[in-house]
Formats: sequence, structure tokens, C-alpha cells
Amino acid sequence: MDPEVSAVRLTVWEAVHILSSSEDGGRIFCTLGSLKRYLGATENPALPEEQEEFVRIHFSTFLRCLVSKLSPDWLELLPDGQMEELWASFFLEGPADQAFLVLMESIEGAASPSFCLMKMAQLLARFLSVGRMAAVMEGQCRQQAGPAFPLLQETLLTKVVGLPDRLGNRLQRENLATFLPQNYFPLLGEEVLRVLQVVVDSLRGGLDCSVSFLSQVLGKACVHGRQKEVLGVLVPRLTVLTQGSCLWQRVCWCLVERVPDWAMEAVLKGFVEAAPGPEVLSRLLGNVVTKSKKAQFVMTRKLLFLQYSCTMPMLQSLLGYLAMDSQRRSLLMQALKELLETWGSSSAIRHVPLVQQRYVSKAILICLAHLGEAELRDSRDELLASLMEGVKSRLDSSLPPVRRLGMIVAEVASARIHPEGPPLKFQYEEDELTREMLALAMPRPAADGPSEAGPSFAPVSGETPDRETVDRSGPQTGPEGSDSELDSDDEFVPYDMSVDREQRSSKAPSYVRGCLEALTGSEDWERWEAALWALEGLIFRSPAATQEVSVELAKVLLHLEEKTAVVGFEGLRQRALVALTVTDPARVAEYLTTQFYALNYSLRQRMDILDVLTLAAQELSRPGRLGKAPQRGSPDPGSQPGGAVVPAWRAVVEERVRRKTRRFSKGSAGRAPAVGPNEFNSVAGYFFFPLLQHFDRPLVTFDLLGDDQLVLGRLAHTLGALMYLAVNTTVAVPMGKALLEFVWALRFHGDAYVRQGLLSAVSAVLLSVPAERLLADLLDELLEARSWLGDVAEKDPDKDCRLLAVKALLLLEKLRDKLLPLSSP
Amino acid sequence: MAAPPLPPPDPQFVLRGAQSAVHTLHFCEGAQGQGRPLLLSGSLRGLVHIWSLQTRRVVATLDGHGGQCVTWLQTLPQGPQLLSQGRDLKLCVWDLAEGRNAVVDSVLLESVGFCRGSVLAGGLQRWLLAVPGRGSDEVQILEMPSKTSVCSLKPEAQARLGMPMCLQLWQADSSPRPLLLAGYEDGSVALWDVSSRKVCSRVSCHTEPVMGLDFDSQEARGVSGSAEKALAVWSLDEQQALQVRGTHVLTNPGIADVKIRPDRKILATAGWDHRVRVFHWRTMKPLAVLAFHSATVHCVAFADDGLLATGSGDQRISVWSLYPCT
Repeated sequence: MDPEVSAVRLTVWEAVHILSSSEDGGRIFCTLGSLKRYLGATENPALPEEQEEFVRIHFSTFLRCLVSKLSPDWLELLPDGQMEELWASFFLEGPADQAFLVLMESIEGAASPSFCLMKMAQLLARFLSVGRMAAVMEGQCRQQAGPAFPLLQETLLTKVVGLPDRLGNRLQRENLATFLPQNYFPLLGEEVLRVLQVVVDSLRGGLDCSVSFLSQVLGKACVHGRQKEVLGVLVPRLTVLTQGSCLWQRVCWCLVERVPDWAMEAVLKGFVEAAPGPEVLSRLLGNVVTKSKKAQFVMTRKLLFLQYSCTMPMLQSLLGYLAMDSQRRSLLMQALKELLETWGSSSAIRHVPLVQQRYVSKAILICLAHLGEAELRDSRDELLASLMEGVKSRLDSSLPPVRRLGMIVAEVASARIHPEGPPLKFQYEEDELTREMLALAMPRPAADGPSEAGPSFAPVSGETPDRETVDRSGPQTGPEGSDSELDSDDEFVPYDMSVDREQRSSKAPSYVRGCLEALTGSEDWERWEAALWALEGLIFRSPAATQEVSVELAKVLLHLEEKTAVVGFEGLRQRALVALTVTDPARVAEYLTTQFYALNYSLRQRMDILDVLTLAAQELSRPGRLGKAPQRGSPDPGSQPGGAVVPAWRAVVEERVRRKTRRFSKGSAGRAPAVGPNEFNSVAGYFFFPLLQHFDRPLVTFDLLGDDQLVLGRLAHTLGALMYLAVNTTVAVPMGKALLEFVWALRFHGDAYVRQGLLSAVSAVLLSVPAERLLADLLDELLEARSWLGDVAEKDPDKDCRLLAVKALLLLEKLRDKLLPLSSP
Repeated sequence: MAAPPLPPPDPQFVLRGAQSAVHTLHFCEGAQGQGRPLLLSGSLRGLVHIWSLQTRRVVATLDGHGGQCVTWLQTLPQGPQLLSQGRDLKLCVWDLAEGRNAVVDSVLLESVGFCRGSVLAGGLQRWLLAVPGRGSDEVQILEMPSKTSVCSLKPEAQARLGMPMCLQLWQADSSPRPLLLAGYEDGSVALWDVSSRKVCSRVSCHTEPVMGLDFDSQEARGVSGSAEKALAVWSLDEQQALQVRGTHVLTNPGIADVKIRPDRKILATAGWDHRVRVFHWRTMKPLAVLAFHSATVHCVAFADDGLLATGSGDQRISVWSLYPCT
């Protein structure tokens, strides 16, 4: 052992001794000052070997000793806070990692709340604010990532990332703003960036550096859920820095590649979220997906199939990133194949939430927009096969949104995959979703400037004056232009133009029988059309004449085909049938219900029957129907000029009466609701029971329990509606009983639409059957239904089903509440 | 604010007794001393009736077209002379002065179409007459009363405009050159410079034949109706180029006649759907739909005092007073 080494040790021992025993401020000050030499900051620094030894062996010990001495009295040994300044300088100027560890250690060891703790916390805040955290991390980068200090690195990592938690725990309400995660993590981001700058500089200088500690810090922060704070600072800056600098790009790629596997997902998701577009993402991430298995899994599977939380810009960035490099494009193709497979799997269609299905569909469209024609052609057969299978199973679904997704994706995808083939074309309504999806399918412009440039405000501010001048000139020309238009003297008031309707042929039949003839035998299409238009009015005007031919007319209408392109043919036919059913309910309903299970009908006709029955029942059960009925016939235009006068006259009288009458209560000024017996009462059976009879007996052309589940769903809905409309009728109890049996038989049906119908039917039973009768006659069925409803409410994959089940359960609850007060006393 | 719209107006009075479909109407100033103008109507059976709006009776009946439909009536500003065009390929000039009703002259036409003629009389003794010409796509310009053929306006062969369907001669205030607006079978409206026999400009404003047009020379804006479901408004700029300003979609197809009221406030259209539609001329805001007739409306005419007459296939002439002139 040479004398210099022992000299350092001796000096430190002595200093420690003085510190622990002496109360003399001057002496302590001198001792500390002499130690300061070893940090190399004074005018006559110690020898480098001495410095090195001090730092390596004695610094931590000495710092701990300093911490242990910290007390108010001790600090006041010298005036003007000199002592504190000197004390703090050891922490701020010495090696950062040791200082940081000692600080953290002593903060955690200090009694809370105490003077010491607060002093240490303030010191730590100062430590952070002068940028020592960068020094901590920089130290780790310089250490060549050797296996020398894995444990120390691990500890440092935990402390660096866990700082806000630890400080929050220790300080509780006294916590300083710097340590709040929303402030600390952006700061950490800044520090990481500074270290990266140092790394880049030293790489330029030919020195080797490692960023793996930074990657770990980044990973850990992201795993802690702080992607937004850290990457929100890092990504925009990196976007600018990596532009045009290969070195920066390489450092950045390295940073991402070194992220440990357990943090890869969090980091990548953060990057995808923070990056403004695929170009930037590609620049920041490089080919990490081809280098790291984990990254590949996250980018091509996890974010696409297992999660569906990404927003559309994120998804576009992600898929665009995959598309931007030739090495990654094969992954994109692979992703598209797998997406299409998932999209088309009939099991997935049934069991995956709609939101995720939408997500997958959009991802497919974006993939298609990015892939080139040649690439698509190479794997056309495979793609087409899974697409067609998917389209088939989607169109089979009875849920309209699922079908519509099928149509949109099929249209776009078939046009892209097989552009020469005959285009698929579906009819669907255009709405927000379709427009959004079709917009996704448009190929993006190759490079869009603004997202490339990152946060550049110059062009925006440059444009603003232009826009203002445009805005200003716009309104100026506006009034001038309209001034000449605005001549008040010829403000001509238009007359009523309601008579201006489409001209129709005047050959409409005047009697129901005439309509029947025109609709069956006539070759005169104008007359046929006119008869169809006139029919509903005629039926209401002459019920007696209608009843004579009701069944015959129903037969004609049911089989009526659209022979000419009549506007609103379906509606006209349906309204006529409804009018007919309302006029002669027993016979027509009987006819329609038997036809529902008859042999040679199309599904469309069968569903029409159900619709007509529902609408007619609704009309029949409408209170006050009789009073309104005469008005329903379509008024003949112009034939009754006085017709318009009468209401005016009545209004005048009523107004006069109202003005001259003093009312003492303002409540219930509105008209009382029309009352009357439920006309549906006497005929509900004709509507309801025949529909229940044959549902389990398949015909050659019609198999309700097999392929024709759409009609079964409609049937369930119709039965529910009929049940609901039979409220206050005597037949409601047997109807409810029969309906619950029907529901029970089908309760595990695989189709969501059928289950929805069944659930609403249960609700209808609960609403329509009187509570006492439910309890007396249907108790067993209700108990069974209840457990089923509970199951559905928890486990059903369909959101609407769950909702309906919860509603039914609530109704059951309400029922119990109603009965309990009756039974308890 | 939400006052209900006024109920549609009723006609002021109805003239019956034409005994066949009314195909053309024309108001003319009565003889001196009589306050109200006369209304002339031409019928399908070839008769021209002269109605007094005072007594609302037929004053005189002129029979000069051998039972063939009278398609156009026009009086000249100088002297009580009447032009009547019939489908017997004759254009008669009648002298109506002092109760006379004799054909003083006639022009033989060579077109069997429905195109009505047009007259440009600058208050001089001589006046120009435009009628469909010999070739199916020609328009012939005659100088009257000498009946000299000035020229015949024939579009270039490759233009394929079809027959002329309606004509209007006019003269800009600034220049003495007579101009002719013609609506053609292919749905386009062309502006001819008569003196140079050239088409100044042409605009396709309809997809069906143009059935009627009227032109407001002060605002250099015109309107045309066709067999389709729309009215077209077009304008003429300083370079004498026609431009479509807009189209106004109607409920039912088919416009037989369009007229702008002399004070240029409103315009009326005669519809095949039995209805007369009234629009604000400048804004083209629909003002009224007159659903009085029970057959195709063939013609509309405005008097100088703003009275509107409409003639229809139901043999009636209805007279309306809407938005009185100020």
C-alpha cells in the first residue's frame, strides 16, 4: 500500500472524525474545504489518482456521514447559510449516481415528517433542476455496459423511474411540484434527450457509448404508464433531430431496439401514439420489427388483433410504418392475410364485439390502401378466398351493422384485389361510418409535408394574414352582390303551394272492387299504379265493401309484384295491407298467419306478413282510433274548398273562449288522452297463436330453425310486439304463457338477432300481463326466465342482448317491488 | 312569424265559349276610349275570338285558317292590324280598324311545325317578321309588309340543332342590329345576328326540346321552358355570349309557354300538368301554383296593366290579377 492512498484514506477518516465530534464551525468548514479538493473543483485540486480513489471508495461513505450530521443547529454553525451551501455542493458536484443513490436512500430512511427529510427533498429538487439527472444517466452510458455493475444499474433504474412514487409516499402532502409525475416525467424526457445529445456528440468524437440504460429508463417509464409524458417530450424533438441526420437516426433506432422485451409493447404503443405519421414513425423506429421478435409480435399481432384501442390516426401510422420499407412490407401482407381471415371467421363474427369488428375492418381497408397492385396480385387467390368466405358469413348475419361492414369491405377489397373482375356492388345507406371507411380506403398521398416538418409554426403564421384578407374581402363582396338583390319593394309573398304535387293519372278506380280488378287483370299500368295509390283511402272509406272481398284482396296484395318502377311501391302495398287487416282483422289475420307457414313464399313475403300484422295490431290497439279514423282517407285535393275553413273558424272560437275564461289552475291544460276499449282485444288471438304453431316444423322451402334465422328473429320480435300491444286484454295471460314457452325453447339460439327478439318478448310479457296473474299463473316460467336473463346479462357477447336482458331484469325487479308491499302485511 | 301561407288565389274571372282548346292568347289595346284592353284567343278549331274584358263576352270571331289550329296571334303597334299564324301554313294579316275584320294580306309558310313567329316593329312602317323556314332547321326573316325575304338563318349542318321551336326577335337599345333568340329541338337556345346571319352564341340549357322562351332585354336575361322538368334561366353578357345562370326544377315535366310580365317583376309558365306557375323574375322564387285548369295549359299572356290570362285544353281562358303592378 503506497503512502498516497493511505493519505486519502487518512484525510477522509480524519474528516469524518471531525465532523462527528466537533462543534466548531470554522474547523468543520476547513475540513470540508480540504475534502473538496478531491472533487477537483478548487484551484489546487488533488492528484488525479487521489481524486479517483476518493470517488470510488470514500465518496458514498462521506456523503452518508454528511447526511447523518444534518440538523438545524449544525447548519447554523456558520452564518449566512455557508454551511448549507458547502454541504449541498458535495451532492451537486460529486459523482451524480452516488449522490443520487445516497439522496434517495436517506430520504427513504429519514423519519417523516422532519427537518432532515424536507432539506433532503429540497436538495433533490435542486439536484433535478440543475440537470444532474442527465449526469446520472450519462454515467451509465459511458460505462461500456460491461457486466460490472448490473446490480447498481438495476437499483439506479428503479430509483430513477420510481422517484415520483417514492417521494410521494415519503412526503405525502408536503410533496414538491417537481416530484409530481406530470412534471417529473417530462423532465426525465428532457434529460434523456440531453444524454442522447451527449451520446451523439461523443460518437462523433469517436468514443463508444451505450444507450441501453436509456432504453431501460424509457421502457420502465412507459411500463409505468407514463408514455404520454415522456414520449410527448421526446418524440417531437427526435422528429426534428433525426431529420437529415443519420447518426441521430441510428442512435434513435438503437434506443428502441435496446428496450427490454418486457417493456417493448408499452414503448412501441407510445411511439405509435405520439408520432404524427408513418414517415416519422419509420424514421424513429427503423426496422425494429424485423430485428426484435417481441416488437414484431406487438406491431403485427397485438395492436391489430388482440387490442382495439388504437385510434384511426394511430392505426394509419402503424400500418403506414409497415408499408414504408421493403423489409417490412412482407409483414404488412402477412398482416392483411391474417386480418382478412379474422374478419371472415364466422365464429369471430358471432363472438367478437362490434367495435373490434369495425376496427379490424378499418385495418383491412388501410392495409389495402398501402399495398400495391403487384403485391396484391401475387397473393390474389389466397386473399380472395378468405374475403369471399368472410363476405358470405357476414351477409348471413342478421345484425345490420355486421352485414354493412361486410358490404363495405367487400366492395373496396374486391375492387383492389381483383380490379379486372366484375365489381361487387351493394346497396347500403351512406352515413358517417361508411364515409369514414371509404375515406380510409383512399391511398394516402406519398409524402405529406406538414406532418413531415413536425411542429413548425412558420407556414401557419405566414398564411394567417392571407386568410384574413380573403375573409375580409369575402363579406365585402357579399353585401354588394346581394344589395341589388334586396329590393324591398317587390317582397312578394308566395301563396300556398301545397297543391303542387306530382301529377298522377286520373284513372284511379273509385271502388275497392275496381282496385281489385285493376290490380289483378289490368294490363294498363297507369291504372294499376293509380289503383295502388288509391287503395288505402278506399279501404278506409268503405269498410263494408272491403269486408266482402278482404281475403281475396289480401291474397292479391301479398302476391303483388312491382311491375313498374312505382315510387314507394313497398310502402303503398304495406299500407294497403295494414288498412285491410285493420278493417277486417279476424279474417285477414287468419289468412295471413296461415300463409306465413305455407309452402311457396319468399322470405321477403313472410317478413312482410309479420310487419303487416305488427302494424295492424298497433293501429287496432291505438286508443281513440275510432275518432281519428275518418280523417285517414287521403283528402281529395281541391274537392273540398271549405275544408280548410272549418278549423280556422273553430280556432277563432276557441281562442275567444279561452281569452274570456279565467282558469284557476294551470295544470293539465292539454287535452286528455283519447280513451276507448282496446280493439285488439277481440282479435289478438287470430294474430298471435297461429304464428306460434309451426315454427319447429321445417318445410322444404322454409326452415325457421335452420337457415332462415333472420325470419325467426323477425318472428320473435313480432310476437313480442303483439304481446306488448295486447296490454289490457283478457287474452294477455294465455298469450304470455305461450310466449314464455316459445322463448324457453329457443333461449340458447346462436344468432344475436333472435336472442334480441326473445329478450324483448320477455320484457313485453312482463309489461303486458297483470302482475297478479304473472305471479299466479306464470311463476315457474318467470323463475326460469330470471336465471336465464341473469346469465345473458353477464355473459352474452352481444351488447344489445346484454342491455335488453338488464332491462328485463329491471322490469322483474319492479314487479317484485310492486308485489312486496301487497304481500308483506 | 310563422303565419300560414295564403291559400292559392282564384281567377278573377273565366272566359268560356271558345268551344275548343285555346292555343294562343294575346292582349291588345282596345280602340280609343275603351279603358280595358281586348283579349285575343286562337283556338284548335281555327277560330280567333276577340274578347272584351269589360263585358267578358266575345266581341268578334275571325275565321281565316280553315279549321286548322291557330298557334300565334300578334298585333302591330301601328294601326289595328293583327297577325295570326295557323297550322294551315298561312300567316294572315287582319285589319281590325273600325270594326272591320278582313284578311288584308297573307304569307304562305313552309314549315308544318309548331314554331310560333316573332315580330320586330320599331314603330316604323316597315317591320321584320321571323317565321320557321323551308328547311326543317331554318328560320326565315321577312321584311313586311312587302314580304321580301331578307335572309334565312340556317345553322351549320354539323350543329344538329333540329327544328326551331320558338323565336324571339329583339333589338338592343344600343345597336340597331336586329337579333333573334331561337330555341331548338335539341334543347339549346341560340342567339342569331340577323344582319350577318351568324350564330353569336349558343347554350344548351335543356335535354328536351325548348317549348317556350322569353327575354328581358333590359337585364339581358332570359328564361326558357322545355318538355323536361326544369326551367332554365340564362343571360347574355357584353360579348353577346349566352350563359346558363341556373335551372329551376319543377314538380312535373312539360312547359308549353313562358312569359315575363312587362314590368319584369314576375313570370308565368304554362304547364302540361294543368298548372300555371308564377315565379319572382329576379330571384326565381316560386310564388304561386294556379291549379285551376283541368287540361294542359297551352299559353299564358300578360297585359300591360299586369293582368294574366291563361288558355288551356279544357276550352277555358282564366284571367288572374296577381301581385298588381305598382
